[in-house]
Amino acid sequence: MATTVTSTRPLPKQGIGGGPKGRGPNGNGVPRNGRDRDFNDLQSSANRYRIGMWVALASILMMFTALSSAYIVRAASSTDWIPLKMPRILLLSTALIIISSGTLEAARRRLKDVAGNAYKPWLLSTLVLGLGFVGSQLLAWRQLVHQGVYVASNPHSSFFYLLTAAHGVHLLGGLVALAYLSLRRRAPRENPLAVAKAQAKADAVTLYWHFMDFLWIYLFVLLFYVR
Amino acid sequence: MSDESHEAVHRHEVPTSFIRKYIFSLDHKVIGIQYIILALTAVVVGLTMSVLMRLNLSWPGTHWPILATLFPTGAPGGIMNPDFYLSLVTMHGTIMVFFVLTTAPQGGFGNYFLPIQIGAEDMAFPFLNMMSFWVTLVGFIVILAAIFVEGNSTIANSAVGLWLGGGSGATVGPIGGWTGYAPLSAVGAAAGPGQGAGMNLWIVSIAIFCIGSLLGALNFITTLLNMRTRGMTLMRMPLTCWAWFTTAVLALLSFPVLLGGGILLLLDRTVGTSFFIPGGLVFGSSVLTTHTGGSPILWQHLFWFFGHPEVYIAILPGMGATSHILSTFARKPIFGYRAMVFAIFAIGLLGFFVWGHHMFISGMSPYSAMTFSILTLSIGVPSAVKTFNWLGTLWGARIRFTTPMLFAIGFVSLFVAGGITGLVLGQTSLDLPMHDTYFVPAHFHLVMGVASIFGMFAATYFWFPKMFGRMMSERLGKIHFWLTFVGVYCIFVPMHTMGMVGMPRRYANFGEYRFLDSIHPLVVFVSIAAIITALVQLVFYFNLIWSVFKGKKAGDNPWEATTLEWNTSSPPPHDNFAGVLPVVYHGPYEFAVPGAPNDYVMQTDPRGSEAPVAEGTGGNGHNGHKH
Repeated sequence: MATTVTSTRPLPKQGIGGGPKGRGPNGNGVPRNGRDRDFNDLQSSANRYRIGMWVALASILMMFTALSSAYIVRAASSTDWIPLKMPRILLLSTALIIISSGTLEAARRRLKDVAGNAYKPWLLSTLVLGLGFVGSQLLAWRQLVHQGVYVASNPHSSFFYLLTAAHGVHLLGGLVALAYLSLRRRAPRENPLAVAKAQAKADAVTLYWHFMDFLWIYLFVLLFYVR
Repeated sequence: MSDESHEAVHRHEVPTSFIRKYIFSLDHKVIGIQYIILALTAVVVGLTMSVLMRLNLSWPGTHWPILATLFPTGAPGGIMNPDFYLSLVTMHGTIMVFFVLTTAPQGGFGNYFLPIQIGAEDMAFPFLNMMSFWVTLVGFIVILAAIFVEGNSTIANSAVGLWLGGGSGATVGPIGGWTGYAPLSAVGAAAGPGQGAGMNLWIVSIAIFCIGSLLGALNFITTLLNMRTRGMTLMRMPLTCWAWFTTAVLALLSFPVLLGGGILLLLDRTVGTSFFIPGGLVFGSSVLTTHTGGSPILWQHLFWFFGHPEVYIAILPGMGATSHILSTFARKPIFGYRAMVFAIFAIGLLGFFVWGHHMFISGMSPYSAMTFSILTLSIGVPSAVKTFNWLGTLWGARIRFTTPMLFAIGFVSLFVAGGITGLVLGQTSLDLPMHDTYFVPAHFHLVMGVASIFGMFAATYFWFPKMFGRMMSERLGKIHFWLTFVGVYCIFVPMHTMGMVGMPRRYANFGEYRFLDSIHPLVVFVSIAAIITALVQLVFYFNLIWSVFKGKKAGDNPWEATTLEWNTSSPPPHDNFAGVLPVVYHGPYEFAVPGAPNDYVMQTDPRGSEAPVAEGTGGNGHNGHKH
């Protein structure tokens, strides 16, 4: 306590209770601020995972925006662009990842039921679908290699390998997160903070996975349907 | 309920082992100091390089025996060869921009003080915070490796060197400048000495740095949004927090672009793609046939889309610190708090739309150039708002001329002096003749280099008592300030003249350019000023180290300041507030409040609170909440 009331000329304390409530005079903060802290500690501590994920997605989005703009500029400004023929298996990849988003959403909603384990099968099927997606992407690479199309063959193939790899690396991170979700123990019900945090982490991972889903669809369209 | 709060507050226990406490620490304060030490180390490397450059420019052909010993191939007989000079230019820029101007203001002071100033016990993600520092450190080690892999012919020609891309031993790193322009940077060792293994490591280092910065930015943003203490509304935050927040947003959105560009560049160099390499390039006597169709301008766009926000990443924290310190020592509220906040945002936002002004000579359409020019000049508006508000804060004040205050005023001076030439360079027609002359380094060194550093000096002198519990020597601080302040003007003002005469930047020597003979005395003057100013920094280093051990003991609030960091002990305990988070009742700059007993009102002072307490009490009946 001694550390909190120090200044060179300490001001005498007055009897007080609590801080400002509700909207402050100079603006307003997120729920934790200017409100009853005891209540919001729960949500606040948990919310950082959701906020952090949104922030992280903004930065990932910027990287893919940069690569996309490079793609568009390079495609428009060159004469050596030879469009790839789409490996058919990419349709399978796309289907797998779209379904996986659905199963993960189902798992996330079932996680709210604190008692049950109904989320487990959904989570595991998401994991399997995700692995299936990665496998399918690798098969697409193999097909191209068999056709003699390599990274440096022409600008379109360079971008195809680069964008699929960059997406794949991010997706692998998502798979690790899914594995973490399926392996972790349930938060004890009598600890509301732990439950809130567990749910927030699941929300964050789900958000990430959906983002990877949309990102793939975007890249797929960019690579093969925009010209 | 209180149990959960307890867990939420003390998310990591006080570490006991040396390694967890000082090396792999999760404590934002330790991480902040680690960043500052990294910057203090990197700046020595960068400053030494600039002194070497000045030696070569002023006294070309002179033998410097120490160089002959250190770099036998780069400076045979102690005379620098031109490649060696170019690599000094490159590495000076890279190390200063990334490992000094980005690490110290944000990673260093931001890490240390953002959580304390908003009343949080730590960053939102302490582990990511720790990772961000260690990743950045690896980046620094890799950039040093780029020096040695190219600086030593044995390493460059060894298996390691060849595996990394080969190269000569005649330089101390890449020679293409800190902007790494393609195609020089993209074609590998064929482009000249330093462009082999050294360039590969340069790209890898920058990519690693990007990742470290992104982790940091993620943490800053989440912490600020999520962890402000009770009563700390957004508009009660110190301007430093606004500056760090905006800086984090800029880093978050600009570093990924550099990372993407870096990946493309590395692929061009290692895998044989042609993102940036056009066909038919001629190197010496050979034609490059392995690449076709790439666009070197594309690299410039990607680089400068990052590069321009980067200069604001360097200077915004300095602006924040300056605002904070000016208000504190003028003993007046900051003039126009709200305007200051919006000006920071406006500068950050506009910073994303002006990258083209670095590329006016790239052959862009005059219409694009005009757009970029107008947007660039419009940054003058929020900059002027800030400057007027700083002057408004000083106006009529009874100023306490402490060392941090001197440096903060120096910041304003340098920002104006360097910013005014931005209005020159921002106009296409004036930029075309000025481009790549000494006018440009003169401009950006004053405004983003030295001004940012002055912001950091001010921050160091200001917060040192809080960080180490001891004051820095005021006498040495004032000597340091005056010599540095006069010194930097002596260095950079003459450079404007050189630029207007037409002296091109990045040239190793000007022996063949007779029209520059008349300006050589000025070149020598600048070099002498640079050497003296560099040596003066030893006073700062001495003051820093001496004060850690021998400085006068500082109280908890030696400057009579108002913000939360002055509300805890010096140095703060592990969780910053010894388990009781402060509650905030006031804005950050309540100095000279009529009717208050002192000339300052702490943010935590419950009296005279403008807050509507009547809406409901329900607190813990205590200042703060207990566990």
